[in-house]
Amino acid sequence: MYARVWGCRGSLAAPGSDTIRYGGNTSCVEVRLDSGHLLVLDAGTGIRALGAAMEGEEDELHILLTHLHLDHLQGLGFFRPLFRPGADVHLWGPASPVQSLAERIAIYLSPPLFPVRLADIPAQLTFHNASGEPMTIGSATVRAESVTHQGPTVGFRIEEGDRSLVYIPDHEPSLGVELAQQPTAWISGCELAHGADVLLHDAQYGDHEYPNHVGWGHSAIEHVMSFADKAEVEHLVLFHHDPYHTDDELEALLIEAQRHRGTVDDHVRLAHEDMTIVLDDDGVSFSHATEPNAGMI
Amino acid sequence: MSSSVLVVTAGGSAPKSLPLILARELASNLSTPMFLLDAEGNLVFFNDAAEQLIGKPFAEIGEITANEFAEVLALADTDGAPLRRRDTPAGIAFLERRPAHLTLLATCYDGVRRLLDVTAYPLFGAGAEMHGVVNVFWQSPGSEAH
Repeated sequence: MYARVWGCRGSLAAPGSDTIRYGGNTSCVEVRLDSGHLLVLDAGTGIRALGAAMEGEEDELHILLTHLHLDHLQGLGFFRPLFRPGADVHLWGPASPVQSLAERIAIYLSPPLFPVRLADIPAQLTFHNASGEPMTIGSATVRAESVTHQGPTVGFRIEEGDRSLVYIPDHEPSLGVELAQQPTAWISGCELAHGADVLLHDAQYGDHEYPNHVGWGHSAIEHVMSFADKAEVEHLVLFHHDPYHTDDELEALLIEAQRHRGTVDDHVRLAHEDMTIVLDDDGVSFSHATEPNAGMI
Repeated sequence: MSSSVLVVTAGGSAPKSLPLILARELASNLSTPMFLLDAEGNLVFFNDAAEQLIGKPFAEIGEITANEFAEVLALADTDGAPLRRRDTPAGIAFLERRPAHLTLLATCYDGVRRLLDVTAYPLFGAGAEMHGVVNVFWQSPGSEAH
């Protein structure tokens, strides 16, 4: 399994000279399976560059939406494969008791918010509710689980062979509880993330910022560190960076995270655009893509 | 039943779904007595306010099956006739998957019979799947004379 981060900013795209090292695009992660199948985790603004790098590919692809907040959906209308008639695109997202996934996405992909209607997208679109039942996509087993955020939201666990990658970009498992005191069975998302080789997880706030954002659906550094410890994950990638955080401030948050753990090692790191992750029989390795699509199979 | 049967540590329990987790957090922050059943009908939590009526803290009882819970909490109608579990609000909510309300008599560890108003409703997730049952109950003033 190969993964590449195309966007790791939370809430709002934040381009500029202060966000160059970690990037300003909102959530999007490409996951390539050994079977050749492509999974796209969220459709934030990062998906635009991914789509541009996919020229010529017309195979089946799966877009896994954790939820429908704009920072996870805004790039969908700029994803070029959607405008190729031959593309077979499957969209997965959290269920709603009142509207189908297609109806909810169409709220954004329709005038006056967007010039093209969802019904006019040339690609073949198939919509699926992401439930707790494991689903097989190519060589992977993918499972979604509802997690604490604002509105219906899921996290995804992708397992291929003995390796697992878990993606929970928007998550506030600490809401109303002391995570450190909580049994793991009662922690949102903990079973989904348990034992993962790699966890990409919400780390929007510094500990000092969280008191002013309780209930906003995101984690402070203290929370994500406690969550990762409880879930016994191997590698933690701090994700969904606050749009107000500069590169320097993000690096200060990494130090804050290391202080919580009491060690300085490479098992906790900041997500950045073009981060690549390879999960295979040899273990897990991180690197930086040096050219567009460099790591694609 | 012996108390040893009831002692189950929460740390060893099965992972809970998000609706159940959120219901537990709501209950934890209320002074209204509440208990929760999971999708299998097991008692998986009751709050501090409910402890006062049940007579023991949840930490001591832990998660127990529906049958075990029936031995903890004896229920009767307002005339004193025993209630079948299926006829209690929790039983109706669980088995018939609809909300229910009833005034009933409950006797727990302290042996005191209390008149309670009980409301139970099923927890359905976004995909309409059943996650458990929430039970809310209120003690009528002066009801301990029963």
